[in-house]
Amino acid sequence: MPDLTQRRILIDPITRLEGHGKIDILLNDQGNVDRAYFQVPELRGFEKFAEGRLAEDMPQITSRICGVCPMAHHMAGTKALDSLYRIAPPPAARKIREMVYSTFMVEDHALHFYFLGGPDFVVGPKAPAAERNVLGVIARVGLEVGKRVIDMRRKLRALISLTGGKVVHPVFGLPGGVAKRVTPEDKSQFQSVAAEAVEFARFTLQVFNDVVIKNSDYVDLIFSDAYTHRTHYMGMVDANNHVNFYEGSLRVVSPEGREWAKFKADQYLDYVAEHVEPWSYMKFCYLKPKGWKGFVDGADSGIYCVAPLARLNAADGMATPLAQAAYQQYFATLGAKPVHHTLANHWARLVELLYAAERMKQLADDPEITETNVRNLPREVPSEGFGVVEAPRGTLFHHYKTDEHGRITKANLIVATQNNAARIAMSVDKAAKGLISRDNISEGVLNMVEMAFRAYDPCNGCATHSLPGNMPLMVCVRDREGTIVGTLQRDSDGTIRRNAG
Amino acid sequence: MSDKPKVAFYWCAACGGCEETVVDLEEKILDVAAAVDIVFWPVALDFKRKDVEALPDGAITATFLNGAIRTNEQEEMAHLLRRKSQLLIAFGACSQLGGIPGLANLWDRRALLATAYLEAPSVVNPAGTTPQASHAHSGSESVTLPVLFDTVKTLAQTVAVDYFVPGCPPTPKILLDAVQKLLNGNLPEKGAVLAPDTALCEECPRKDTRPEKLAVKEWKRPHEILIDPDQCLLTQGLLCLGSATRGGCEAQCTKGNMPCSGCFGPTSRVRDFGAKALSALASIIDADDEAEIGKILAQIPDPVGTLYRYSLAASPLRRKKLEGPQNA
Repeated sequence: MPDLTQRRILIDPITRLEGHGKIDILLNDQGNVDRAYFQVPELRGFEKFAEGRLAEDMPQITSRICGVCPMAHHMAGTKALDSLYRIAPPPAARKIREMVYSTFMVEDHALHFYFLGGPDFVVGPKAPAAERNVLGVIARVGLEVGKRVIDMRRKLRALISLTGGKVVHPVFGLPGGVAKRVTPEDKSQFQSVAAEAVEFARFTLQVFNDVVIKNSDYVDLIFSDAYTHRTHYMGMVDANNHVNFYEGSLRVVSPEGREWAKFKADQYLDYVAEHVEPWSYMKFCYLKPKGWKGFVDGADSGIYCVAPLARLNAADGMATPLAQAAYQQYFATLGAKPVHHTLANHWARLVELLYAAERMKQLADDPEITETNVRNLPREVPSEGFGVVEAPRGTLFHHYKTDEHGRITKANLIVATQNNAARIAMSVDKAAKGLISRDNISEGVLNMVEMAFRAYDPCNGCATHSLPGNMPLMVCVRDREGTIVGTLQRDSDGTIRRNAG
Repeated sequence: MSDKPKVAFYWCAACGGCEETVVDLEEKILDVAAAVDIVFWPVALDFKRKDVEALPDGAITATFLNGAIRTNEQEEMAHLLRRKSQLLIAFGACSQLGGIPGLANLWDRRALLATAYLEAPSVVNPAGTTPQASHAHSGSESVTLPVLFDTVKTLAQTVAVDYFVPGCPPTPKILLDAVQKLLNGNLPEKGAVLAPDTALCEECPRKDTRPEKLAVKEWKRPHEILIDPDQCLLTQGLLCLGSATRGGCEAQCTKGNMPCSGCFGPTSRVRDFGAKALSALASIIDADDEAEIGKILAQIPDPVGTLYRYSLAASPLRRKKLEGPQNA
């Protein structure tokens, strides 16, 4: 019997999220979802305590925003220093940066597929919760693959340490270059691991194809309305409008797929604005010329989307041959461009995985990468700098102002998941409304709500990539006064227990 | 539940880098998992706060807690885990020293909120909205958020801590050593830092290029010079804090051709890391004339961010003086 006094479902904590994200779902008199809030409950205040710091320390200070993607902040900060001191790195340094950055993208994207997002598909959204984790993935694809994933991750991270100093947190970025060159011995290590990474990425795409694309239930799920939002999409592209993680222009396409804007990092304030809500420490980005219209999608709304799904939508293709073929297959299978289906992020991420591995290989093969000149010394008096990269989870802007000694007077940071915050909030709300009612609160439903945000690989302050394990969830059933009258709990072995309050 | 020791991992105001250190144990994590029962690890496992609350007090052999304490929710979790654990280990620089989030102690809560939600150049907020502890949804229903404190605290300023593991983040090797000491019952006296008690210089590959008597006439910033990859960084005029910093990090930054910034904190003989770092630097300044000394010290344009980057909250200085009524 449904409890007719139930007004609220609190999912707290959701894990695999840094900073204790929670979802608070409020029901109306009919017992349907009135509103679901996706909340981020912490602020560390980096923009404030950056003031007074030395600009050259910013790549190392801001990497502490996220220990999972420290390279993204380190690189956005380093590029902001190039801009601040109006100094370009020598060709080898520029290539070293992009090679190490590509290495990082391979590692980060692979981890998400095997450890976080993949289990919902490879094992299945309705599989017993105890199997819906990386161990379940390994059980499906084989222990050898599990070992290969761990081995691949170790090799990639060792190379990031070799050139970047520390993998968490790197130290090599300086205005006008990098602190450490790549020796011929380093180069051959990068070449060999890159070749392995390309094969690994192809294999991973094949797994996705066999397990997901050949299963019509999954394809139906990807296409289902509960996981669909028609928004604008943003991503960085090169001169050919191909996806680029390290440098280029920011391109925005409309929900119909037409180019709506194309701009450089230093114009970001003309295009991106942030909205504040009283119920979350996360700010919500929107396209400034469109204005904030509330949590609604469509061509008139300023809400946009970043990260793999958006990057593929915002580009015309991929710059490397194998990834380009994968890109074409992706859009041919999903039927239309742009793709508005949130769950397609998982596939788009693997297309990018292949691109990152191929790009790493191209740069490792480049004879210029071992040139010894990796620094241009800044001479200009600093005043203002802008840096942008594509982090694994989307576009990342760093903007610094300094005094003449290079001390920060103002820092503004727009982190990847903030760009996606409004769409994630809508996705969780829509999935909750579509799936939950007072009569229908089951463990299957819990996982379906989880999937609405997990596809984005969100980074709340900094995304947490996790080890094997279930998403612990507890639903509190409250009466009108807010007293807990019962709980629905999913245990570590995957069983669901319903307890009286 | 088996008789194996129970271990918990938890995080507060942190970046996730300490969690990556645990994942970076790679295959070795299987050995750890075989030797202990992990009873709480929200980032990875399906145990909840109420599961911890249900444990008898002292049931957890050891809890590794990373991150600083800056909200009421984090403070509650620190107290809960202290009560349930025989040993509470401050894991990583934020938990031990306040870490980089501790630099927020140069301001207060109001300034942090104003910068993020009212003054940022990308924010459009004519109504002056800021996140609220409680926000009315409709009728009697409201949604809530934890409250930020004015002052970021270390774990030991919040609850009693038994051991400390340093680093931003700690290395997998340091973590594994700590876990093995725990399993073998081979622990030093309470309050110890579980890492080598020698200066970083001892493990730096540039050690032999450091002269007996250093003399610095001018401090340089890393972007101003081409850095020699083999020479002691202090001899190049760079502010390397290795001589004031505890070792154990495997000298990753100096191997990366950049100076040590002090994330492993002080050795056991030092109370205030920043004061020690300043005295170490002052002792090698090659000048007798007061005006010249002043000139050389002025070449450190951000003493707090350079010398107290990871340790402001733990320092006797702790924070900038607060004005007006505050909440912590």
